[in-house]
Amino acid sequence: MSQNLNPGMSKRDLLSLIGAAAGGTAMYMAMGAFDQAKASNFKGPVKLDGRAKGKSVLILGAGVAGMTAALELGRAGYQVQILEYQDRVGGRSWTLAGGDSYTELGGATQQVGFSAGNYINPGPWRIPWHHHGLIHYCHELGVGLEPFMQVNYNAYVHSTSAFGGKPQRFRHIQADYYGHVGELLSKAVNKGALADTISKEDGEILLESLRSWGALDKNFRYVKGRESSNRRGWDKEPGGGLTAEPIPSQPMTAETVLRSGLWRSIAGNLTWDHEFSIFQPVGGMGEVAKGFERAVGKVVRLNSKVTAIQQSEAGVTVNYLDTKSGAKMTASADYCICTIPLPILAQIDMNVGPELAAAIRSIPYSTSCKVGLEFKRRFWEQDDQIYGGISYTDLPNSQISYPSSNYGAKGPGVLLAAYTGGVPGYELTALSPQERIAKVLEWGSQIHPQFKSEFVGGVSVGWHRVPWVLGCFGQWSEEARAEHYKNLCAMDGRIMLAGEHASYYGGWQEGGITSAIDAITRLHQHVQAA
Amino acid sequence: MKLKTLSLIAAASAALGTMATEIAAAPAPLQGDAAATGVFTGRDKFGETSGEAMYRNVCAACHMPDAKGAQGAGMYPALAKNPKLEASGYVLSVMMQGLNGMPPLGRMMSDQQAADVTNYVRSHFGNRYKDRVTPADAKAARPQ
Repeated sequence: MSQNLNPGMSKRDLLSLIGAAAGGTAMYMAMGAFDQAKASNFKGPVKLDGRAKGKSVLILGAGVAGMTAALELGRAGYQVQILEYQDRVGGRSWTLAGGDSYTELGGATQQVGFSAGNYINPGPWRIPWHHHGLIHYCHELGVGLEPFMQVNYNAYVHSTSAFGGKPQRFRHIQADYYGHVGELLSKAVNKGALADTISKEDGEILLESLRSWGALDKNFRYVKGRESSNRRGWDKEPGGGLTAEPIPSQPMTAETVLRSGLWRSIAGNLTWDHEFSIFQPVGGMGEVAKGFERAVGKVVRLNSKVTAIQQSEAGVTVNYLDTKSGAKMTASADYCICTIPLPILAQIDMNVGPELAAAIRSIPYSTSCKVGLEFKRRFWEQDDQIYGGISYTDLPNSQISYPSSNYGAKGPGVLLAAYTGGVPGYELTALSPQERIAKVLEWGSQIHPQFKSEFVGGVSVGWHRVPWVLGCFGQWSEEARAEHYKNLCAMDGRIMLAGEHASYYGGWQEGGITSAIDAITRLHQHVQAA
Repeated sequence: MKLKTLSLIAAASAALGTMATEIAAAPAPLQGDAAATGVFTGRDKFGETSGEAMYRNVCAACHMPDAKGAQGAGMYPALAKNPKLEASGYVLSVMMQGLNGMPPLGRMMSDQQAADVTNYVRSHFGNRYKDRVTPADAKAARPQ
């Protein structure tokens, strides 16, 4: 299937093809207005040349941003200490597994009862290949990476208003959508409808490309046959022996595919943030936190709730509460790198300039809710032949993600049975943990009827009820970005902010890491110049 | 400052990887109590049909079902017996502009919904303000 280039194609034809491809990329870049589409600015291992001059830096927050800052500043000779509110390091780099417990705002405590090896990542859960900073630290800190199955052609796409609510295989929708679009565009070319737009020669190249892309037959039609079944699968698959002959499957009509709306599932897998290769840490995202903990855990003070941040000519003083003993404590340093999430920081007494103060108060935090459910067996593998990947639905749970590891394991398995934002994100968060699970069982069983009979237990995290962040991540509008972003990142006296909120990577750990490196680099330059 | 809800949702979805564009646009048909309250019928606009339904299913996520707020590393303010609610314009302004980490949720509501939930909160949880806001007031509070 990979040798579809016309053997008679000239070099000039090939060059035109490449030009067309570049045009497509350029178009994608133009359309990708999201800030998140930009590449990581990680430039390789951090090297802070020059002396630390005996200076000390107090870091607030032991998430990946704070721990990156501590690691690299420590290497450069600075005295570093981290204050962390929680009783663990990692922040949103977090895994919930059996034996863990989690108490949300409002007081509900969930004891996670998952079997050994099963978990969910309530926060970040995947690492694109181009998140160079995070991957660098995973390699350096001994955090194993394995493929995250972002795309599974055999997973489902589901709409309550299409196919009578019966889930469809992603493969059928994608193959039939490509096929019919290819056939329709071929007809337009052959009718001369594009004569004003491209030359006759290029039109011929386009036709060949459409045949290849859409799995069209020799007459540029997308019909039942070998070409289409090689994409969408066969009614009877090829085998060995006397009964080996395959029977092609019948594609859906163009109208059926278009009206189903299920083609919406295709584009997300093509985005820069989700393209292959994409990874997950072996054992859960909490392994990233553990990796950093091995390197800088000794400078972290846990259970420390910051109550005030004051700077003067002489240095920075931070008041904090030991949440175990209730003791009021103070820490001082020459400088402060503050990674506290903005909804929390906005409530902390802090003497900074009006620009930074305004920036801190201007960024709303996004909603998001995840629900993990454990089942007695991996029915999605055993009954549906779905090994990893994600099914998408228009039900409020939005998606069901299957584990990308331990395929074929006999015991219980855990699904991420809901991962949703927007309106249903708020609505799920407003429920109790038990009610969330009941809802997700109801929705999920419309895609996998096994949900109710195989259910064992579950855990949910609605990010607006997470006590130490009050939301999922900083949600920058273009207007806020223009007005506040530079002020948020600029050094204010002896204080600098870092974290995903101080990046163009909203919600990704790469934003925390690259913002921390940017902050400490500027801090170091400041120390050198002083 | 002008900020479209759609771009908010889109940006959030991109980072989350929930990818709103992957989801069929039509909301799922009403089920059970959803038919009455409108909960779980919307995707980027709230479907709640009354002020009480909006409070219970949306606002309570942070301000809690009893409207007493919550305290962690930071806090969510109580709306119960909150004297700041006396100024109805303040409530509408916070809903439409956001406040600190609070998103401008009013932009995901119709004028009627925003007025209904404002009136509900100002007349419940120990708040006894008699004056009522109208959808026109909500509309006027939106960013121009």
